[in-house]
Amino acid sequence: MLPDSEVSVCTLLPDVLGTYSDGGNARVLCSRLRWRGIPARQVTCTVDQQPPTSCDIYLLGGGEDTSQLFATEWLRQHPQLCNTLADRSLTLAVCAGMQILGVSMADVHGREHVGVGLLNITTTPRRRRATGEVVSRSAEVGLLTGFENHRGATELGDDVRPLAHVLSGVGNGDGRFGRRATDGVRTDHIIATYMHGPVLARNPALADHILASVTGSSLTEIDLPDQRALRESYLAGSASQTMRGGKRG
Amino acid sequence: MSGLSRRVGLGGGSIIGGRVTMALDPDALRSLATRRQVVLVTGTNGKTTTSHMVAAALRSLGLVAHNASGSNMADGALAALTDALDAEWAVLEVDELHLAGVASATDPAAMVILNLTRDQLDRAAEVRRTAAAIARAVVAHPQTTVFANADDPMVVWAASEAVRPVWVGAGSVWRSDTVGCPSCGRSLTESATGWHCECGLTRPSPSWWLEDDIAHGPGVSSRLALSLPGQFNLGNALMALAASVTAGVEPEAAIAKISALSRVAGRYARIQYGRHTLRLLLAKNPAGWAATIAMLDGSRPVVVAVNAREADGRDTSWLWDVEFERLVGRVVAASGERAADLGVRLSYAGIPHVTNTDPLAALAEFLEGEVDVVANYTAFHSLYRRLERAG
Ligand SMILES: [Zn+2]
Repeated sequence: MLPDSEVSVCTLLPDVLGTYSDGGNARVLCSRLRWRGIPARQVTCTVDQQPPTSCDIYLLGGGEDTSQLFATEWLRQHPQLCNTLADRSLTLAVCAGMQILGVSMADVHGREHVGVGLLNITTTPRRRRATGEVVSRSAEVGLLTGFENHRGATELGDDVRPLAHVLSGVGNGDGRFGRRATDGVRTDHIIATYMHGPVLARNPALADHILASVTGSSLTEIDLPDQRALRESYLAGSASQTMRGGKRG
Repeated sequence: MSGLSRRVGLGGGSIIGGRVTMALDPDALRSLATRRQVVLVTGTNGKTTTSHMVAAALRSLGLVAHNASGSNMADGALAALTDALDAEWAVLEVDELHLAGVASATDPAAMVILNLTRDQLDRAAEVRRTAAAIARAVVAHPQTTVFANADDPMVVWAASEAVRPVWVGAGSVWRSDTVGCPSCGRSLTESATGWHCECGLTRPSPSWWLEDDIAHGPGVSSRLALSLPGQFNLGNALMALAASVTAGVEPEAAIAKISALSRVAGRYARIQYGRHTLRLLLAKNPAGWAATIAMLDGSRPVVVAVNAREADGRDTSWLWDVEFERLVGRVVAASGERAADLGVRLSYAGIPHVTNTDPLAALAEFLEGEVDVVANYTAFHSLYRRLERAG
């Protein structure tokens, strides 16, 4: 990408997904570009629109069961968009947005539904809803904080890297046999997480990681008022959780 | 009993009073409700205000038991009935998820369903599930008159099985949670006569509606000159008017009582604090904020206070669905226990602000004069208690 060209950020299906205020992520990305003098274009694509296939960044938010199946069907009807998501753009997929990109997902009644198949992951229902704060550590961007609210247990295929390892909270819900749970998925073109809502507002390093990879340049620091206090309030105690988590495995 | 809980410092008093009685007799609510005419008021926003309006109007018919403080679960209802044993009427604000339980115990004469939008997702899961719970309460009470907002598709869906519906065109300020049809998921079509869906779900033709500030209903065509601000409260007043006139209150008497209401459990109160006059507003979710932003005075500074305790919902994501961009150009303070979350949100909205977790300390930055204070649930109550003590 040329240094002075515009970055386009497309929120997919805000009228179907986005139950958990995930739309904030688009605003965070565009603001952080503009504050650095990089032109940004914020686009939304609703169900009745033809999706643009040349955007730099795509966002997929969370949603309930019926919306999730509807969104899956819609994506499958737009194979060109799926090709873009697979190997040209960078996508941030949150919660249900992550599940539908997988191979399959089962609903609360145990019925299995075929996913879009861009990620080698499968999701089955958890017995209990996972609701609460999550703290995780990503090798690339450090500590992440977010809120999760889902009933999915997501199993990653052998070739799939998680976005982060969970220090507290449930995430993908795959922690067992002395193994720490993971959260989300990281491929060259898709970043996915169970941390819903404005996960990028809480984690500016993740936002800038996304922006640096689409602009191909290193970005200047942004010192936003209240940002440090916000992160400290959610990350306080994560060090002790790390120790406890370590003992438990 | 309420006196005791106040003495031991447990806050409002009504909830603890209810718990004690409940422990003594699990059927207490049922037996306390018999031989009374009970009106239940539910919905995501406006429950407290509307129930105060209905209670004020019904007082022209006799004594009214009312959970005036907004304790809106079964124990709050119980405390209200215990406190007014002689009252022939009861007006109970009920949390949406507790409607079915309270209705089965009180066999209400009427239910008033205001609106259904997203409130606290970490607690109540999805709006549709809440609507389904209300629908079950409606179906279980075929004798109950159901006053339902015809402008809110989620409410219409929830009340569609009502045997005795009264549709009220109370308006809706925020539709973002029901872009899709509550029944089938398709996109809703908007037209001059309201909304409809291919599947057949359609805005019912209301028997009560507003034409600017004129309320129309069976035999009624009267101007509503409310003391409370905002289009949202005109809608609440119309719901209250429909319920109280149907219950037998003379329309003119009902309108006078409803219009005279100027503060509701501290909301809309104007309180002098040092060199500032504070106007207190409560907004606890995106829809509530959409209604409240329209009430803010264009030139006044605004203190926004946000907590994230159990009663508020722990998840602060909703701040990103509030159009704080509409505050651009005002002097703004970010406050409350989650002042930092709010402050970050305001920065992304392009709003310079001061940040102080204490809303009263935040005022120090403002010039003397009038200030609007908008707080969510527990932030509002802790601030109001402090101001009452200081006043
Ligand atoms: Zn429909």
